[in-house]
Amino acid sequence: MNFRKYLVLAGVTVFAASGDSMLSHGMKQTGNISLNHLQGLIFAVLNPWVAVGILLLLAFFATYTAALSWADLTYVLPATSFGYVLLALVARFVLHEHVSPLRWLGIALITGGVGFIAGGPELTKHPHTDEPVNKTCAVAASPLLAKDARNGAPGVEV
Amino acid sequence: MRGIYTWGAILAIVFASVIGDVLLARAMKQVGDVGALWRRAGLGVVIGRTLGNPNFLFGVTAMAVAFFSLLFALSWGDVSLVAPAAASLTFIGNAVAAKIFLHEKVDRRRWIAAGLVAAGVALLAG
Repeated sequence: MNFRKYLVLAGVTVFAASGDSMLSHGMKQTGNISLNHLQGLIFAVLNPWVAVGILLLLAFFATYTAALSWADLTYVLPATSFGYVLLALVARFVLHEHVSPLRWLGIALITGGVGFIAGGPELTKHPHTDEPVNKTCAVAASPLLAKDARNGAPGVEV
Repeated sequence: MRGIYTWGAILAIVFASVIGDVLLARAMKQVGDVGALWRRAGLGVVIGRTLGNPNFLFGVTAMAVAFFSLLFALSWGDVSLVAPAAASLTFIGNAVAAKIFLHEKVDRRRWIAAGLVAAGVALLAG
């Protein structure tokens, strides 16, 4: 894991939490939309909060798929669940809403889960698809490299 | 009867979400590290390979099914039941599906993490 990858995971967390919040705020302003009056959906999208919320959720989807390209699903999901905690903290300290003891316990459990996953490897190595296959091919393709490898030259693995 | 409908819709959300996440994860592993691919071949190639992957398209479709199942579930049941039940069961379902279908190494550390997050989400959203 390098700094860029941590940044992508932080992006997944922040974009999901902020996108959901903005969408929720915007939809409360636009009011109910019924199946009989679907044109209300168009007006909803024109609401700035809803529009920015949709853009943030698109950014969430882009960072989420990027994270899945180099990390396991069972790593990405718990690692980015910190967004739930962010939402609860914003509700408590920015919106001054009441957060019950049970919800604080929920925050503690999620934080513990994120801590557990953060210490482990992000990707399962599958021996039949990873690097060693390419190295073997490189050696097999070059008679000189193959000869060096047989002689135990340093830096050549078979 | 309403309870059966609600739990049926919750199970549909969980099922479709897990299928969507697993297909999306498989598609992105087939595309490869998008950061490295972007530097090597450009953003157009990244977008083309991603959108051209059948697993990606089926995954997005499954996520759309999950979204509409959520709408049905919310019309039959309370949000205080539907949201935490669906979210926490999806965490556990993903861990099981990732082990079986993606052959991810779900060790004790990851099981504990999935369990803690699932319980935490249930408490937070409940």
